[in-house]
Amino acid sequence: MPSLDYHALLPAIILAVTVIATLVVDLVTTRKSLAAITAMVGMFAALVPVLTLAFCDSLEFCTSTGDRMLFGGSYVVDGYALVLQGIFIFAGFTTLLLSIGYLETDRYYEGEYYFLIVSAVLGAVVMASSRDFISMIVALEVVSGSGFLLAGWRKGDPKSNEASLKFFIIGVLALALMLFGVSLVYGLTGTQVFSEIAAAASGVSDVPLFALGVIFILLGLGFKVSAVPFHFWTPDVYEGSPVPVTAWLSVGSQGAGFVGLLSVCYLAFPTVTDVWGPVMWVVAALSMTVGNVVAIKQTNVIRLLGFSSIAQGGFMLAPFGAAAASGADLGQAFGATVTYMVIYAAMNLGAFAVAIVIGSRLGSYELEDWGGLYRYAPGIALTLAVFFMSLAGIPPLGGWFAKFAVFTATIGVGSWWGYSIAIVASINAVIAFVYYAKVVKSAFFDPMPEGLDVGSLEGSALPSPIGFAIGVTTAAVLVMGVFPGLVANLGSFSSEIFAAIGL
Amino acid sequence: MTIIQFLLVGAALFSFGLYGVITRRNAVLVLASVELMLAAVNINLVTFDVVLQDALHAGQMFSLFIIALAAAEVGIGIAIVLMIFRNRQSADVDELDLMKG
Repeated sequence: MPSLDYHALLPAIILAVTVIATLVVDLVTTRKSLAAITAMVGMFAALVPVLTLAFCDSLEFCTSTGDRMLFGGSYVVDGYALVLQGIFIFAGFTTLLLSIGYLETDRYYEGEYYFLIVSAVLGAVVMASSRDFISMIVALEVVSGSGFLLAGWRKGDPKSNEASLKFFIIGVLALALMLFGVSLVYGLTGTQVFSEIAAAASGVSDVPLFALGVIFILLGLGFKVSAVPFHFWTPDVYEGSPVPVTAWLSVGSQGAGFVGLLSVCYLAFPTVTDVWGPVMWVVAALSMTVGNVVAIKQTNVIRLLGFSSIAQGGFMLAPFGAAAASGADLGQAFGATVTYMVIYAAMNLGAFAVAIVIGSRLGSYELEDWGGLYRYAPGIALTLAVFFMSLAGIPPLGGWFAKFAVFTATIGVGSWWGYSIAIVASINAVIAFVYYAKVVKSAFFDPMPEGLDVGSLEGSALPSPIGFAIGVTTAAVLVMGVFPGLVANLGSFSSEIFAAIGL
Repeated sequence: MTIIQFLLVGAALFSFGLYGVITRRNAVLVLASVELMLAAVNINLVTFDVVLQDALHAGQMFSLFIIALAAAEVGIGIAIVLMIFRNRQSADVDELDLMKG
């Protein structure tokens, strides 16, 4: 019986205990808010070992240093994993804050809801550390499986039902495709561990079946991250789901898919970039363009955010595509994508939080009903402007640095693959500005819709959990925009990973 | 006995499953088709495991995990289909067109 590094496993263990504790608390009490408090305390507690692991070198009780490899290299806790675990726990915590008021107003089942959110976070946290196909796919399905049920949480609403079934069918289809690819890759390389696949892959890279396996795996992950042309389910699912769940799906669930894509591409297949590089380039360019162009026509803010998340996903894939297609060093692209994910998580959660506040007061997510918001709720209108302008990439808000990192990485590749996708991305940044600005313009300058009772809206106070969430995300977006060095350091560990696997 | 026969069975099952997912209109039959695809993956994994003589038996281990995953997926899937059947007295996938992606 080998000894286990329990410190490295502690975030996952705490979350697993919280999952069970939330269910038990829900069972034995009648006050449903206790289940929410349990879930929040558990998630907060899980953040503590993430921090102690990250700053292990400067702590007295922490003896082991460097990256921690567990279970024969299948579960690794390194800088990359810790940053992403931190983001996922933050995203889960924010989702809980957004959910509390929302669930109470609509008489949903509550205890099980919190249980599913914590399970999804647990899956995402394990995902960030997974370094072989078995643990990656089990973690991915823990995230998706919770997502299927959460999407259908409004049981009586046909739209929610439809969202749930569409998400489920696409999800299991993606799983089956990905698993078939994994079985082929396993057969040709003889291993499931990413680092060993990377070593064995160059020997079989010209076998057609291996290329087929790689493409199937990327196809399955493409569905999970809703990259074009596998995106058609995303807007429907986002519109039909309860809005806090949509916030989680666009940051946590899609983020877990991106982590899978990053780990697979950069850790398992870095030696066969000629197989997947050009494909990734095309998918990135298509995701940006289609997502943005369709988003312009949207009148529903949640659908607009859905298409915007497809386009933002394209931005995250752009450095991948450029570096891999031209066979360049993947390190900088890896750092840029992780940086983008960190900033995107904060600003997108904030945008959803503001949308929930406005939508639940007005009872509508249609853009035309949001006209004149500034006149009766100036504070909310200002935070709305902060998040949407940050998504558009306007300095000094966080979003500009995310875009800057992506442009630096794509142009830094120094080949036509890189320059051309940078041009596509810059055109798309302009298109994206049009629809983000449309929302802000509507809130500030458009006339109020007729028959709106302003008096009833002015009086209602902001629910404190959502107010807290908006405060934290606003602060994060502003700080990351003004001091981008903080996030830039988070991305720089990628070179250490590449040194470790000998690239 | 060659590996080819097993891989052909796997590929055939996978194709039938994929065909079923695309063409079937009843949600329960779509679920059954996905199960076929997962079974094909299991056949592939176990075949490769035996042919490679993998000392860790990663392929067989993985197929056990997939069986558990498939069971969980069906549990979730049936719950969702039942919920929809209660609301609309039909489990027809084509009728789900309230929102156009």
